[in-house]
Amino acid sequence: MSIEFETPKPIAQQQFVLKTVAEEMMRSVSRQLDEEEHLIPYSYIEFMHAAMRATGAGALAPKEEKKEEDPSKPKRPPIGYQLLAHMMEMLSWGDVGMYLVTPGGGLGAAAVDAAATPEQKKKFLARFGEEKPTFAAMCMTEPGAGSDTSAIKTTAVLDEKTNEWVINGEKIFVTAGHKSMVADEQFGKGFIVVWASIDPSAGRAGMRGFVIEAGTPGATVTKLEHKLGIRASDTASISLVDVRVPFENVLGSPTVEKKTEKGFKKAMATFDATRPLVAATGLGVARAALEFVKEKLEENGIEVRYGLPRNKLTNIEREVIDMEIMLRSGWLMIIKAVWMADNRKPNALESSMSKVKAGDVTTKITQKAVELMGPLGYSREFLLEKWFRDAKITDIYEGTGQINRLIVARQILGYSGRELR
Amino acid sequence: MYSFEPNEEQKMLLEAVGRYAENDLRPAGHDAEEEGTMPEKIVSKGWELGVLQASVPEEYGGFGDRSAVTGVLAAEEMAYGDLAGTLAVNVPSLFVTPILLVGSEEQKKEYIPPVIEMDWLPYTAALIEYALDFDPLELKTTAKESGDSYILDGEKAFVPYAKDAEAMIVYASLGGDTQGFIVPKGVAGLSVKDEAEKLMSLNALPTYRVKLEGVKIPKANRLGGEDGHDFQPVLAAMRVGLAAMAVGVAKAAFEYSRDYAKEREVFGVKVAQKQAIAFMLAEMATEIEASRVLTWEAAWKLDVGKEDAFKDAYLAATGAADMAMMVTDRAVQILGGYGYIREYPVEMWMRNGRGFAMLIGLAIV
Repeated sequence: MSIEFETPKPIAQQQFVLKTVAEEMMRSVSRQLDEEEHLIPYSYIEFMHAAMRATGAGALAPKEEKKEEDPSKPKRPPIGYQLLAHMMEMLSWGDVGMYLVTPGGGLGAAAVDAAATPEQKKKFLARFGEEKPTFAAMCMTEPGAGSDTSAIKTTAVLDEKTNEWVINGEKIFVTAGHKSMVADEQFGKGFIVVWASIDPSAGRAGMRGFVIEAGTPGATVTKLEHKLGIRASDTASISLVDVRVPFENVLGSPTVEKKTEKGFKKAMATFDATRPLVAATGLGVARAALEFVKEKLEENGIEVRYGLPRNKLTNIEREVIDMEIMLRSGWLMIIKAVWMADNRKPNALESSMSKVKAGDVTTKITQKAVELMGPLGYSREFLLEKWFRDAKITDIYEGTGQINRLIVARQILGYSGRELR
Repeated sequence: MYSFEPNEEQKMLLEAVGRYAENDLRPAGHDAEEEGTMPEKIVSKGWELGVLQASVPEEYGGFGDRSAVTGVLAAEEMAYGDLAGTLAVNVPSLFVTPILLVGSEEQKKEYIPPVIEMDWLPYTAALIEYALDFDPLELKTTAKESGDSYILDGEKAFVPYAKDAEAMIVYASLGGDTQGFIVPKGVAGLSVKDEAEKLMSLNALPTYRVKLEGVKIPKANRLGGEDGHDFQPVLAAMRVGLAAMAVGVAKAAFEYSRDYAKEREVFGVKVAQKQAIAFMLAEMATEIEASRVLTWEAAWKLDVGKEDAFKDAYLAATGAADMAMMVTDRAVQILGGYGYIREYPVEMWMRNGRGFAMLIGLAIV
C-alpha cells in the first residue's frame, strides 16, 4: 500500500461509456423531464437495466454465487463502492433526477441487503436481475418524523392467528415510491421497505423494516410531490391501512428481546454506506455547473489565471478557483470514504464528513454559478438554473447537512446521542 | 488504484516525526515564540530525523528517493507540533530540494552532499519581496547577463537564517522568467540586514531582509546550469509543503479547542454539548480533511508527473491557506477569552494560520 490517486482501469472504462450515456440519453431530455414533471424516461430505464444486467454494475446486492477465485491470479483490491461512486457522479452529471430513476432497487434493496437473512435476500433481491427493470424504495420519513427517526408512528402488530404483520401508518417523501408500488407493464413487480415499530414503548429498539410487495391491499400511493428540482424522480406519499404481510417479511429479529437497537442500527448502517454515494450524486451536479461556467467564460474570452497570488486575482477568477478547490476536495473525501468501505475499514466519520462537504459544495457551486452567469444563469434556455434547483436536495436527503454535522460532531467528540442532542 | 494508506517506510518515518512533534516541538514552541528563539538542540534533533535526507538519493549523500507525498506527510505531522520549529528544521531543504528538482547534475553533486551529510546548517533561499504586488512569477529582483556572469540586483524579504547562511538560492527575474541562482556567502554586493524581520508570527524563526547590489556570480551558478530551469516544479513543491503545514497547524488548533470544549462547563453542560460549538468543530474537522486529501493528491501528481500537477499544487495551497485561517480563527473563538490570551497556544496558531497565504518560499518538500 502506498498513497495513490490513479483511477482504477475498470472505473475509467466505465466512465468513458457512462459519459456517452449521460450526454446522449440524459442531457438531451433533461429539460423536458424538468418541465413535464413525473414523465417516465422509459428508454433510459430500459437501457440502464439491460446494461447493468449485462455487466452486473450498479448492483448493491451481492451476486447469487461467488465466482471461484483463481488462485494463480493476483488478488485485486475490491473497488465495488468506488465504482458505484464514480457511476453515480457521472450519471448525475448527466441528470440527477434521471439518475434517481435508475432501476435496481435503490435504497429499498440496500436496506434488505443490510438487514435481511440470506433467505430473505434471495427472495427479495433476485427480481432485480430479471428481464424487466424493477424498482424498490425505502419508507422512513413520516409527516411528523424526518431526521428524528425515533418519532416514527407507523406500527406493525403481529396477528398470531394468521401469522401476519398488520401495518398502519403514513409514509412520505418516498423516492421511487410510485415506480415501486404502482403496476406498470414495462416494469417488474417492486416492493417498499417500511420502517415501523413493533413495540412503541421500546423506542428505536422496537423499529423494524418490513417488505411490502407492490399490489398488497391497503398500501396505496396517495400523492406525488411537486418539487423544486429532481423532477424526473417520483417522490410519493404512501398510506398504509391494515396492510397485511407474511411473518417472514420482517427484516431482523421479530421480537424485542432486549433493549437492543440492532435492527435499526443496521438500517442506519445502510446510510454509512450510501452517504458518500449520495454525496457523489451532488458533486456530479456541481461539476456540470462548474464546467458550464468555465465554458461560458472561455467563450467570452475570460481567462482564469491559475497560479496568481490571491490579491492579484479578479473576483471571477477567485470564485472559479474556490469552486474548483471545493469540488475536487469534496470528491476526494468521497473517494476516501468509499475506498474505506471497499476495504472494510469503519468509515462512519469519513462517510458523514463527505456528505457534509458535498452538501455545502453542491449548493455553493451551483448558487455561485448562477450568480456569475447573470441572465444566462437565470434563463431556462440553459440547464444551469435547473442544476441550481436539483442541487439543493443534496443537503437535505440522506441526512440533512445539520444531521450529518451532528454525526460528525459526535464522532470527533466521542459523544453518544444522549450526550450531544 | 486509489489508496489512502502510507507505505511502511512512511509509517515509520511518521511515527518518529510524530513523537518529535509531540515531545519536543510542541512543548518548546510556545516559549520559543514568546522568547523569539528556538533552541538549537530542538532544531538539530528535528534535522536528525532525516526527513530531507530520506528524500535525497544515495549518490548525493542521502538515503532514499524524493517523494512529495512523503514530504507532505512529514510536514503535516511536524507542523502539528509547531510551525516555526518545522520551518527551521526545513530550512536546508529550501536549498537542497530545488537543486534536486531542477539543478544540473554537477550542481547536485557539488552542492547537495555537503548539506545532507552534515549537521543542520543554515543553507537557505530567498524568494519573497517586500511589495504589495509580490508574485513569485513576476519578481522585481533582476538577473542580467554580463559576460561569464550574472548580475543580481534587488531586495529580498523574510529570508530564513540569511544572516548566518552558508549559501542561498536567490530567485530573480531573468528577462521575465523566475530563475534560481546559487549565491555563496560573503559575495560582494550581498548584504543582510542586521536586525531580524518582525512578523505577526514565527518569532522563533529568524528571517531577514537581503539586499543584492550588483552581485556578480558565475554563470555556472544558475540553477539548472547554462539553460536554466523551469520554476514551476520548485513553486509546486513549495506550495504543497506549505499546504501540508497548514493542515498540521489547523489540526493542532482543532484538537486543542475540541479538548477544551469537552472540559469547559457552561449552563450545566460541557460547551462541546452545545450544537453551536459542536457544529463548528464538525466543520473544522471536515475542512481539515478536505485540505489534507487535496494536498495528498497534488503531491502524488507531482511524484508521478501528471500534467495538471502544478495547477493542483496551487489549488491545494490556496485552499489550505483559507482552511487554516478558518479553523484557527474558530479555535480561538471556541476558547473565548482564553483564546485571546498568549498563555494558551491558540492565538499563536491563529497568527500562524494567516501566514499561509503569503509565506510562499519559506517551506518546500
